[in-house]
Amino acid sequence: MQAEEIVGSRLTNQSLSRWLHSLPGVDKVGLEARAASLATRSIKTTSKVWGLDMAIKMMDLTTLEGMDTPQRVRSLCQKAMTPDMDDPECPTPAAICVYGDMVPHAKAALGKSKIHVAAVATAFPSGRASMKVKLQDTKDAVAFGADEIDMVIDRGAFLSGNYLEVFKQIQAVKQACQRPKGKPAHLKVILETGELQTYDNIRRASYLAMLAGADFIKTSTGKVTVNATLPITLLMLEAVRDWFDQTGELIGVKPAGGIRTAKDALRYLVVVKETAGERWLTPELFRFGASSLLNDVLMQRKKLLTKTYLGPDYVSVD
Amino acid sequence: MFDYAPAPEAKLASFQKSYGHFIGGKFTKPANLYPTINPATEEVLAQISHGTAKDVDLAVKAARSSFEKVWGKLSGAERGKYLYRIARIMQERARELAVAETLNNGKPIKETRDFDVPTAVSWFFYYAGWADKLDHAGLGHNPQALGVAAQVVPWNFPLMMLAWKIAPALAAGNTIVLKPSETTPLSALLFAEICQQAELPEGVVNIVTGFGDTGAALVGHKDVNKVAFTGSTEVGKIIAKQVAGSNKKVTLELGGKAANIVFDDAPIDQAIEGVINGIFFNQGHVCCAGSRLLIQESIHDEFIKKLKRRMNTLRLGNPMDKNTDVGAINSADQLAKIKKLVKKGVSEGGELWQPECKIPRNGFWFAPAIVDNVSPANTVAREEIFGPVLSVITFRTPAEAVTKANNTEYGLSAGIWTEKGSKMLKLADQLNAGVIWSNTFNQFDPTSPFGGFKESGYGREGGRQGLLSYLKAGK
Repeated sequence: MQAEEIVGSRLTNQSLSRWLHSLPGVDKVGLEARAASLATRSIKTTSKVWGLDMAIKMMDLTTLEGMDTPQRVRSLCQKAMTPDMDDPECPTPAAICVYGDMVPHAKAALGKSKIHVAAVATAFPSGRASMKVKLQDTKDAVAFGADEIDMVIDRGAFLSGNYLEVFKQIQAVKQACQRPKGKPAHLKVILETGELQTYDNIRRASYLAMLAGADFIKTSTGKVTVNATLPITLLMLEAVRDWFDQTGELIGVKPAGGIRTAKDALRYLVVVKETAGERWLTPELFRFGASSLLNDVLMQRKKLLTKTYLGPDYVSVD
Repeated sequence: MFDYAPAPEAKLASFQKSYGHFIGGKFTKPANLYPTINPATEEVLAQISHGTAKDVDLAVKAARSSFEKVWGKLSGAERGKYLYRIARIMQERARELAVAETLNNGKPIKETRDFDVPTAVSWFFYYAGWADKLDHAGLGHNPQALGVAAQVVPWNFPLMMLAWKIAPALAAGNTIVLKPSETTPLSALLFAEICQQAELPEGVVNIVTGFGDTGAALVGHKDVNKVAFTGSTEVGKIIAKQVAGSNKKVTLELGGKAANIVFDDAPIDQAIEGVINGIFFNQGHVCCAGSRLLIQESIHDEFIKKLKRRMNTLRLGNPMDKNTDVGAINSADQLAKIKKLVKKGVSEGGELWQPECKIPRNGFWFAPAIVDNVSPANTVAREEIFGPVLSVITFRTPAEAVTKANNTEYGLSAGIWTEKGSKMLKLADQLNAGVIWSNTFNQFDPTSPFGGFKESGYGREGGRQGLLSYLKAGK
């Protein structure tokens, strides 16, 4: 559906603002209570095995450091291709997530593997650069062969009420994801929920991103104090669920930052199942942005398969 | 498919084959036995003594003697120590109590574990603190205990209702004879063991099990100073007549038909959760359940669609499974009553909808239900169903919402869902209900008084006000 059709009028900052502010409010206490209640679900035996495997398949294995090197990226790709040396049946993560300049190294290391390369772009993590720079950043990553682009929104523009500006930037980046030949890069839009602060803002930013053409809405860069939380993810899942009802478009959700344990990952899967529904339980529509999560999931997975907890020395560091 | 594998709680509670009454600090010899069952499986859990007038008399005598000789003479600080001790032992045995309650009541283990038992414990901790501060209860200097309290509690929250009754009564210096419901006596009998473990002086708490006749004998006993009852309005009226003309002080916490009012400016997703919690918590066996959804007409269709989708995720089944949301109906009688009322509601024009769910072969079950298109004259809009059945009524304006919400013989609780604070406050002022929740539902705290208007009863439980039901002004 066209944005104007959804908003119901010509797109101006005023009409966008009116539309976003007409969304139902979010009650903080109620949202957090619902997330806490879902977190008490007890996932055992067969469902745990299923959940751990799915968590690996949904993972965007990430390294986003100033100290990243080609060698470091190659090592991470190796880890992604063979997460468990002892078990060839072990699933592999959905993608490797790196800075744009590391895309060629990741592509080379992954070779013909089905694992995607995702690149953060648009002056990640702050997004504070001219539009020209942001677009070039995106185009570079796309030209290097990135399968997915993780962009950041301009939080300053959003918080000052300049929704149209945020909308236009996302649209422009979406355009920059196109390739002359072949499939366009998949666009994940990072809302940086920790900086938007209120749940009402997060709901509005989710809708704004979806309206502008996001394929995925993503919580965080992992670079601020508050990153992904269960209530925020629940809220964003409500948004994609309702968006689907309204438009028939399936949008993905990616919590990122701070998800470190297998137990956490299973809680997120429960929230996906009971909020958006089973349809979203696929790497096409749900991802975890994480770095240390993989090894904890692998340890839990080994424990379930071998009935013995082997500990961190039995999984490779990446 | 991400199906949750069974996650059963371990059976951490064990019961004796048969139980006598707990009188004067000891269990009597089991006699006049009847079986108590697990309503989810119909398996017999233990044999319970059906108390006679003689048993009641012995219990009242034990309570009187303890009041005059021991408990009534202890300082508030000393009484407080016992209450703290009981609270701590309950915490230590929390999982056992939760399991016992789930087995005997049929409610999900996640509720007994996360709600019933912690709330019961919090009541003891709270009133333990009051025991030596009664001068500040609002009755002036040195208020006095009433004497022997006769307490009759229902089957929907057996342990929590016991705590609501026993904790303030003991803090105020009364002694007690309590009768649990005939269908759910086991947690009260475990509580009797806890009293022994806490070395509570003999006769301070006495528990007589049995049916309505046992309760009638207790309430009607001439040496009882106070009657506290939680249960149906029907029985409440009988009790009120029975004690009329005596000098017994009475509190009655009876039925309800709460309106959960949702405006078009509500936080919709949280309102859905609040409506679900309001009526499907504890299978709707809740006197303050939000059993009437008053939904603004303009958002009716969208809201009901969302509500149905949410109801599809409710997990009905084995109450001992940690992922169960909706457990068993407490008894065959209650199930028959629910079915009868729903049938009547449908025949009067209500549209019944229930999600598809597997109903276990044994036990008593009723799938969560909504009855839409209900007029205020429909039986399911007026009578308390006390089951997982939500009646849906629409309104157009705040004034109409108030009129419809108040159009009931009950007045226990209400819920208001709106993001507009001024509207919420104005409405709260106009609703005739003892408890009003805004943008939430079914919240309980020992510091907050709870009780009803009209046919929902009188007297308050919880908070400072809850103490007044067990005290009189000092001489």
